[in-house]
Amino acid sequence: MGLEAYLTLAAIVFCIGMFGVITRRNTIGILLGIELMLNAVNINLVAFSRYHGDVTGMVFTVFTICITVTEAALGLAIVILLFRIRRTVMADHLDLLKG
Amino acid sequence: MSLDALAFWVLAVVLVVSALAVVLSKNLFHAVLWLALALTGTAGIFLILEAEFLAAVQLLLYAGGIVTIMVFAIVVTERLVGESISQTNRRIVAGALAVAALAGIIVATIWRQPATAAAAAQTGDITRNIGHAVMTRYVLPFELLALLMLAGLMGAIYFARPDD
Repeated sequence: MGLEAYLTLAAIVFCIGMFGVITRRNTIGILLGIELMLNAVNINLVAFSRYHGDVTGMVFTVFTICITVTEAALGLAIVILLFRIRRTVMADHLDLLKG
Repeated sequence: MSLDALAFWVLAVVLVVSALAVVLSKNLFHAVLWLALALTGTAGIFLILEAEFLAAVQLLLYAGGIVTIMVFAIVVTERLVGESISQTNRRIVAGALAVAALAGIIVATIWRQPATAAAAAQTGDITRNIGHAVMTRYVLPFELLALLMLAGLMGAIYFARPDD
């Protein structure tokens, strides 16, 4: 298997995740799309690390996984907080900052 | 076709199908379960790349942790609203066009480069090498990460505090 196969797979998963981020109306659905995108980046990092014989990419994957978990926990806390204030999880109803 | 290639193609199909299901499923709960499958498939990709430690971390933190948090968030919000939350997409055609264009650019760029050689020979145990790198060269980012997770934990507790 060449490096290109892994990079192409990661690119496709990244783009599917981005499709979710820009078309979902539900805030939790948008967060799911972001998870997919970050996951695709991890595939890239590990593949590059493996094919260059350098462990740095895998160390960064450990870091990005930890940051993603923090991001998901905080993002969902914000969603629940917004829900308690505005009674909605639809992204286009959340226009508090709109002038 | 070698065993590695076969495993890669099976996992690639699983990953792409479950990723599509995550962004297209009408039921939010089903979308989270499809995400769990996609994250497990990624752990399989890590195993093919001989990163056993990362596959274990992926299963524990992502497929275990994040999916549990997501299910909790859905259950809490659905109980508060008292009805099932609809999960629709909008402007699907425009979104699909934009994303397809981006995918085309990325894939064309990847395949324009000359083919890379086979995987580099690994020297020693990868898990041991990761541990060594984290504790020597990357010890400062590692400590900053601990600080970030502490801040994230405190932020989540602050957001989720009961009304007083």
